Amino acid sequence: MSTITDLALQAAPVTKARGYWATVGRRIMRDKISIACALILILIFASALFAPWLGLADPYQGSMIRRLRHIGTPGYLLGTDELGRDMLSRLVYGGRLSLIIGILPVILAFVIGTGLGLVAGYVGGKLNTAIMRTIDVFYAFPSVLLAIAISGALGAGIVNSIVSLTVVFVPQITRVAESVTTGVRNMDFVEAARASGAGPLTIMRVHMLGNVLGPIFVYATGLISVSMILAAGLSFLGLGTKPPEPEWGLMLNTLRTAIYVNPWVAALPGVMIFAVSICFNLLSDGMRSAMDIRN
Amino acid sequence: MFTYIARRIVYVIPIVISVALVCFLLVHITPGDPLVAVLPADASQELAQQLRTAYGFDRPLPVQFGLWLWRAVHGDLGSSIATGRPVLSEVMRAVGNTVTLAIFAAMIGFTLGLLFGLIAGYFRDSWIDKLATSFAIAGVSVPHYWLGMVLVIIFSVQLNWLPAVGAGPGGSGAWAWDWDHLRYLILPAVTSSVIPMGIVTRTVRALTGDILSQDFVEALRAKGLRETNVFRHVIKNAAPTALAVMGLQLGYMLGGSILIETVFSWPGSGLLLNSAIFQRDLPLLQGTILVLALFFVLLNLLVDIAQAAIDPRIKRG
Repeated sequence: MSTITDLALQAAPVTKARGYWATVGRRIMRDKISIACALILILIFASALFAPWLGLADPYQGSMIRRLRHIGTPGYLLGTDELGRDMLSRLVYGGRLSLIIGILPVILAFVIGTGLGLVAGYVGGKLNTAIMRTIDVFYAFPSVLLAIAISGALGAGIVNSIVSLTVVFVPQITRVAESVTTGVRNMDFVEAARASGAGPLTIMRVHMLGNVLGPIFVYATGLISVSMILAAGLSFLGLGTKPPEPEWGLMLNTLRTAIYVNPWVAALPGVMIFAVSICFNLLSDGMRSAMDIRN
Repeated sequence: MFTYIARRIVYVIPIVISVALVCFLLVHITPGDPLVAVLPADASQELAQQLRTAYGFDRPLPVQFGLWLWRAVHGDLGSSIATGRPVLSEVMRAVGNTVTLAIFAAMIGFTLGLLFGLIAGYFRDSWIDKLATSFAIAGVSVPHYWLGMVLVIIFSVQLNWLPAVGAGPGGSGAWAWDWDHLRYLILPAVTSSVIPMGIVTRTVRALTGDILSQDFVEALRAKGLRETNVFRHVIKNAAPTALAVMGLQLGYMLGGSILIETVFSWPGSGLLLNSAIFQRDLPLLQGTILVLALFFVLLNLLVDIAQAAIDPRIKRG
């Protein structure tokens, strides 16, 4: 199958009109900011993924005699934390957990929310009312409050923090998915599919999913920024992982006591959160304009 | 207009009940016995049973919810397990400080956001637009609790200009409107203003751009209207949406203040929530969340009504 398409692509005349996704891809490749953000994110992800092979110091190994070294100390490029652990190593290793707890909720919410929104938008009627009115209840809480409420009630922990953030994002993605689906539902090609005897499941999966996924995906990418900030925020409050685990939000919390001794080392974990968050935001903006989605 | 308001109010009732249900259920998703925090470690079975009856935990869930709702409607949210004081009075005292902080932050964030948004939208793609847009994107992407820490490092630790924590000299006593107290407000207010600043800038910039590209603006210019008057039309058209966004942001600042208040030890509802979580004080947790969520619902209702009042198109819809 793929070889056939490859051949077809090679054989196609150069003047052939590009498809929609090819156009979007080309536009993104020409957007310098999006490319820069993607590269920074790839660097952060790769360093977190390959942390054990980078020859870094042990992120758990502390030492009482070399606590709170300044940035640039020989041997400790980014200094040491309040227990004398190497900051560079902890920031790189910290990315593992921080990125998981920040991004996984959005992925889960993307899957659940797209499903709910697609069903609500396509089936309509009473089912739509039931789903959307339930969603409205969650909109009655500011998202930070909802995350804190669920996380606070469930207690501290990585799983609980992921669950609470997923609950926060499902309603938002469902709303977007529902409105996009409603827009597509009455288009001629859906009508044609129905007339040719396709069942609701086939129509949703084959004909609609591809048409609604783009805008929802862009919206979800933008949510990762919020999710990173909230997930690290929950850890910062003590509702995420426990010490001595390296995690950016928790590191920020434990280093708070050090701001009078070595303030700039204490601020480092926040720089990581900020970097990931702003890159996802800019990337989402870039995709939005490349796909010409109006919000 | 009145039918619109009436319809909105009727629509709010099921939301309020559902919000109460969610707050009620919060206590029941907590792992372990909610009595753990009150009971001494060596408490007898009898004492545990007595307290369970006293708090009503032995009844079926729907009955518990009914009773809890009935008491809540009458202003009784139970009493804090940690302090024994009524939850409602604890929450209301703290909310006052949160409102003070939110209003100051809103004044800073909305003023800058409107200014940046209008300028950026009007001079699209100019250097000033790029500058305002960068500010906005930084504002919505920054972890604000970290920004708070950085501001403390600069203005308290290094420059020693402003206090780092608290809400007044000599601990967090009574609030007063003088410089001695206002100094404590500056850093937390600036910190919580960055998100609304970013969001209002982005919204108003997009709105201004959209309105300026519409035909009627062309018509206004064609009939010889001065640019300042064209701008007045732009503002008038952008106002309802901008107002809705600002209302929502004010609500987020009131309800989502826990991180900022923790960083600055600001004695508001967020700090109360923080202590409720870590002392496992479930009635206080439940009550604080309920009050904050109800504030948010009420604020949304007011924004909708205000929006309808200034935008005649909404009433017809």
